[in-house]
Amino acid sequence: MADTIFMALGTIAVLSAVFCVFQRNALAAAIWLVLTMLALAGMYLILGAPFIAAIQVLVYTGAIMVLFIFVIMLLHLGEGASDIRGPGAKAVGLVLSVGMGAFLLRLAGYDPALLAFELTGTTDLSPAAVFETAEVARQAAEGQGVIGAIAAPLFSTYLVPFEVTSLLLLTAIVGAVVLAKRRI
Amino acid sequence: MTPELKGFVLVAVVKTAAVFTFLMLLVAYSTLLERWIASWMQDRIGPNRAGPKGLFQPIADGLKNLLKEEVIPDGANKVFFVIAPAISLMAALIIPLTIPWAAPIPLEFDMTLPVLGRFVHHGATPATVTVLPIGFLWVLAISSVGVYGIALGGWASNNKYSLLGGLRATAQMVSYEVAMGLSVIPVLLLVGNVSFVEIVSVQQQGPFSWLALPLALSAFIFLVSGFAETNRVPFDMPEAESELVAGYHTEYSAMKFSAFMIGEFTGMVTISMMFVTLFLGGWDIPFTHWDEAGGMLQVVATAGVFFVKMLFFLFLFMWIRWTLPRFRYDQLMALGWKIFIPMGLAYILYIAVALWLVDGPLGAASTALRFGLLFLFNIPVLVLVFRVLDRGRLIRGVSVHLPASASRPARAV
Repeated sequence: MADTIFMALGTIAVLSAVFCVFQRNALAAAIWLVLTMLALAGMYLILGAPFIAAIQVLVYTGAIMVLFIFVIMLLHLGEGASDIRGPGAKAVGLVLSVGMGAFLLRLAGYDPALLAFELTGTTDLSPAAVFETAEVARQAAEGQGVIGAIAAPLFSTYLVPFEVTSLLLLTAIVGAVVLAKRRI
Repeated sequence: MTPELKGFVLVAVVKTAAVFTFLMLLVAYSTLLERWIASWMQDRIGPNRAGPKGLFQPIADGLKNLLKEEVIPDGANKVFFVIAPAISLMAALIIPLTIPWAAPIPLEFDMTLPVLGRFVHHGATPATVTVLPIGFLWVLAISSVGVYGIALGGWASNNKYSLLGGLRATAQMVSYEVAMGLSVIPVLLLVGNVSFVEIVSVQQQGPFSWLALPLALSAFIFLVSGFAETNRVPFDMPEAESELVAGYHTEYSAMKFSAFMIGEFTGMVTISMMFVTLFLGGWDIPFTHWDEAGGMLQVVATAGVFFVKMLFFLFLFMWIRWTLPRFRYDQLMALGWKIFIPMGLAYILYIAVALWLVDGPLGAASTALRFGLLFLFNIPVLVLVFRVLDRGRLIRGVSVHLPASASRPARAV
């Protein structure tokens, strides 16, 4: 049951990502991207990470994509001509996409046993053996709740990297405001 | 499927259907309630033709909207024009499924139905369709999806008034979502959990443990942000008639227009339910522990109490609609970004320090003492915000300031 839903969500995510790329209408492309984000949130939910799912919807669909759509609506972007013009650009695009496709096809040869062997050196397929950290995370979530399991390490073990990242983001925001506004 | 799983599915389906039916009926009749209150406040008669006292008015309205011709403007983007009201409606209807509206329902059955087989259910089931460990994050997440309905509807109509309305609504909802998110963080600090069920159970502990008192400023910010989130007066700039015709739903007619309206009213119901659950004890009956005993009578009583509490806030929405004038758009944005967001952040810090003091150096042993001390900590904040910082601009800004000479009692002519 969970596998079926996971596969369905995966299909939705991939297909809407493809539609997003092929759309000429900027707003339609953005909406397909929103659908990809929502499908990813659904996958996190199936994987037992409801907090990450909520944050995914809250941040990506709720804030970032809304800003995208806001800008598209304000600039009144209609259907534009393709940015890939001329034989040179098309050749580069072809080479890049064939290379990427070949790389992705290599991944199609993977099965759970091969993946487990590469990760651990054994063919033991139990999740606890393959993903040791995931098992630790699962136990933490049982003890502290889904949010506590993320918050506790974030604000104790990884406090310094967390604060440095926030400072970096703050600097970026201030920088963006300074660049965008001539007079403050 | 095992009999237990079947029983679970049956209970879930019945609960979903019950909540959905209740919401639709409540929304239909809150349109009538709004018109009654409007006529009462404006001293006129109001709807009284359809059925006794106009009671069938919502049915008549619903039938009219279903049978009316759907107009799709020529220049509109057809696909987005059609899906926009659907997104709005769906997002609005999904949110209330997570809010507990009564004490847990005791359910014991073991029955065999023809064709479907055996159904088994043991123990109490919570009186909410689903108990999510992420609680109100779910509400914030889904209400941010609801923004798309309004934004797309405004854009797809290919009408400048619609577009402006859509832009205003989007900016407003995104901004006030931040203020709303910040206003619930003190609840998180105090309860230590985001799950609605946990928040209610903390508020059941004592006679004065409803969070509206120990977290008074949070409650205030949440309520005002809720008004802005639902695009209601005094924050209904997205559909300001005098400026934008009808804003984002100018081009919509019949059932599509109705879908936007149902979305808006469901939003009001949701905010009322959320406020009651977060700050007014949810389904808790005050001054008694009888409601936690667990029984069918308790379920009915607590559901009734929850409904009454929620109805008060629904009334408040309408009361304010027919009392206050509309804000200006820049005032709305300034209120959100320059006042509520800094205030919310400062209040989080203040509550965190106050909680540390109450639990640490002051060493409050009982819940009542803990919440009482927190309320004492709130009094200077409330005075500061409503007396000192406000200086009679926002809170009393709408009251009439008469010159000294006009305040003398009028003489009979």
